[in-house]
Amino acid sequence: MRSGTPLFPEAASTIAPRVDALYLFLVGLTAFMTILIAALVVIFMIKYKRRDPNSIGARIHGGMALEIIWSIIPLFIVLGIFVWATGIFFDIARPPAETMNIYATGKQWMWKFQHLDGQREINELHVPVGRKVKMIMTSEDVIHDLYVPAFRVKADVIPGRYSHIWFEATKAGEYHLFCAEYCGTQHSGMIGKVVVMEPDDFQAWLSGGVQEGSLASAGSKLFQDLACNTCHRPDAQGRGPVLQNLFGKTVTLASGENVVVDEAYIRESILTPSQKVTAGFQPTMPTFQGLVSEEGILQLIEYVKSLKTDMPVSAVRPNTGGPAPNENTPAQAPPTRN
Amino acid sequence: MSSSTVAMPPTHYLNNGLTLKSWLFTKDHKRIALLYLVAVTFFFMVGAAFAVAIRLELATPAGDLLSDENYNRVFTMHGVMMVFFFLIPAVPAILGNFLIPLQIGAKDLAFPKLNLLSFYIYFVGSLFTMYSIVSGGLDTGWTFYTPFSTVASTSAVVPAALGIFINGFSGILTGLNFIVTIHKMRAPGMTWFRLPLFVWAHYATSLIQVLGTPVLAITIVLVAAERIFGFGLFNPAVGGDPVLFQHLFWFYSHPAVYIMILPAMGIISELVAASARKQVFGYTFVAFASIGIAVIGFLVWGHHMFVSGESVYAALVFSVLSFIVAVPSAVKVFNWIATMYRGSVSWETPMFYVAGFIGLFAIGGLTGLFLASMGLDVHLTDTYFIVAHFHYVMVGGTIMGYLGGIHFWWPKITGRMYNDLLGRVSAVVIFVGFNLTFFPQFVVGYLGMPRRYHAYPEEFQVLNVLSSAGASVLAVGYLMPLFYLAYSLKYGEIAGDNPFGAVGLEWNTTSPPPTENFKTTPVVTWEAYEYPTPVEGHVV
Ligand code: HEC
Ligand SMILES: [Cu+2]
Ligand SMILES: [Cu+2]
Repeated sequence: MRSGTPLFPEAASTIAPRVDALYLFLVGLTAFMTILIAALVVIFMIKYKRRDPNSIGARIHGGMALEIIWSIIPLFIVLGIFVWATGIFFDIARPPAETMNIYATGKQWMWKFQHLDGQREINELHVPVGRKVKMIMTSEDVIHDLYVPAFRVKADVIPGRYSHIWFEATKAGEYHLFCAEYCGTQHSGMIGKVVVMEPDDFQAWLSGGVQEGSLASAGSKLFQDLACNTCHRPDAQGRGPVLQNLFGKTVTLASGENVVVDEAYIRESILTPSQKVTAGFQPTMPTFQGLVSEEGILQLIEYVKSLKTDMPVSAVRPNTGGPAPNENTPAQAPPTRN
Repeated sequence: MSSSTVAMPPTHYLNNGLTLKSWLFTKDHKRIALLYLVAVTFFFMVGAAFAVAIRLELATPAGDLLSDENYNRVFTMHGVMMVFFFLIPAVPAILGNFLIPLQIGAKDLAFPKLNLLSFYIYFVGSLFTMYSIVSGGLDTGWTFYTPFSTVASTSAVVPAALGIFINGFSGILTGLNFIVTIHKMRAPGMTWFRLPLFVWAHYATSLIQVLGTPVLAITIVLVAAERIFGFGLFNPAVGGDPVLFQHLFWFYSHPAVYIMILPAMGIISELVAASARKQVFGYTFVAFASIGIAVIGFLVWGHHMFVSGESVYAALVFSVLSFIVAVPSAVKVFNWIATMYRGSVSWETPMFYVAGFIGLFAIGGLTGLFLASMGLDVHLTDTYFIVAHFHYVMVGGTIMGYLGGIHFWWPKITGRMYNDLLGRVSAVVIFVGFNLTFFPQFVVGYLGMPRRYHAYPEEFQVLNVLSSAGASVLAVGYLMPLFYLAYSLKYGEIAGDNPFGAVGLEWNTTSPPPTENFKTTPVVTWEAYEYPTPVEGHVV
């Protein structure tokens, strides 16, 4: 964030210089074409100005060659721009495989962020320089849009869905964070800042925050509070499927359809379990609609993601300091078998 | 041009019946055009008043003039009024209505009563929408995005939605009327390829109106129904899809930008030819460019949704088509310029508006390339860059064309001439004021200022102040014609039948024309824009 009157935005992500290069090229093209067109109009107005009120123009009907030239050349130019721009877009739209994930929830009119290590922030987002960060985002009410001009990225944040942006910050500093999709009364107040820190500072910041335990451990707690663990047990003895190693896997549904387990699928499983029933299971899972917040769902998702092996969560993330929840002890009465 | 010696024709459509009733129940397309002129001008003033409030508020970074709610209502109403009640009807309902029968040598449109009905539908639609202003306002933006408009907004969405729904039928019926008229009512010898390009442009526009508007109508009714009955089609909380609304909305609203710009392009073709006294260069290319734009224009709506989570491959197709649709627009610009080459270029008011149009439309069109570029659109969409872009096209383009047309045909419509110097000055003032207003918005948009922001960070203030200052110049430019045109009604020189020495059937009848347009049905034996004028008695 700067004072004074900047005329060009700061570039603080790896993608920003590439976006700027295309932008400057197009500015050049626009300036060239506009000046050319304006010059021709003015020159023709002066050169062919009507002096005798009865004079008429030359009898020229058209010219095939010219029409072809001025159709084909612009066509190739715009197709060239298309290829260039699409290359950049694909890199923006498709996050790399290995990213540091942060969850974002938008609501009228604030941004809530949850780091995997448990830090939570409102309207402020801390990220390190040089790490590929992926934001996994949803909304509690209407459509919002997370926009960081200095990174040249934005994406709509849509209720009922998970959308993503990713970036790699290149310069420590503070940058604007805006809601870019009109969302009602205080739309222009739904702003905040991104604080980009050197990796060491970021690490210090991470460990300096309140120790609430990691996001996955919060999820683990919810998993027990909501009694998910009565049906989903690592030993395959529950009524529901084993969730270990589930994330990213392809599961077959009772309908015969195959789906890849991603955030949206887990969300759906929690809120509308009867929509997509896993093959081999009875549709006995109750809906948790209204019982768990969007942020809670994100915690559960993170917990499911953390279930890489049948080890408890604390073994996966040893540095979080939270107590290891014991999954094998159901919080409530043992499930009845069917 | 010896117009001072000419007298007004003794009878013409304006003095054929002087009662209020003879105006309000007229079936004469020319009188209906004037009814629209009055109504559309009124809504332009309303929309402009909202624009003034926006620019005043944005002169300072803090939201200090209006409350959050009121600011949101103001920019929403600015958009709704300008888009649905000014830009979409302006050229077709006023100039199209007035000129299409004259230009093809017909007595009237095919369905005169339907034409009057269209006007009243427009009027009733506008009443509903105006009602929403007084009954709580509308704060959804003119885009009505769900689920905000369906579940979150507490404003008067339903009356506004109904108003827009009703108004849609006005456009559909007018489009239908034009299509049938152009097919069936052409004078003997007026073949398709002798039609003025203004008529071609309206033909293409009418196709969009007839095919696209029903989709908007249904969509907007669904929004209202969802609010009243809680259908949930667009509500994710009950399994609906809010993004579906965006697809439906833009399926109409992208083509709608061509409803706004194609007729203005048609005007420019007429004005260039008449100002240069020369046939439009590449007539068939310009004609088919209109049709091409109308067709491809239906397939690019997804370019509004590159950041809404549509699949990257869908986005790719929408992007490439958006680039391709730029080509016919460029072709038109090149052809207009080529038309000036070795012409006899007049320096009267219409030519000044043409020059202004070409300049602003060039910038508007070229900045469209920025937004079709997906990698760049991610940064630019929903910022002031896009606001600047579409104002260049729709205000710089459409209004320049519209005002150019009004100045060109004013003597035909009223029989009198306005002060040409004032006309030229207004064109220049508008051009300068327009650029002062909207050019800074490109800069502040690339800096990242989002649109629809009531308050904004301080570093954007200088650019916003420039924009607001420019808007006051622009306002002067828009007010000027109002005065000197009104003045000309009483004190203007008698124009004569053909003050510009132009060709075209409308110049072969009196100014103002008689109610039946032509004393005898014209027979066309010449090509469009064939100079010297082939009709006796109007030697230039
Ligand atoms: C009453 C038992 C029961 C409870 C309680 C329960 N589930 Fe389930 N769950 C099931 C069953 C049975 C299935 C498989 C059928 C289906 O897909 O609906 C399932 C499926 C799932 C799946 C999809 C797994 C796959 O392999 O496709 C996920 C994820 C899931 N549940 C998560 C949860 C979470 C999180 C909770 C707690 C908020 C929870 N479940 C609570 C019974 C339960
Ligand atoms: Cu928001
Ligand atoms: Cu569009």
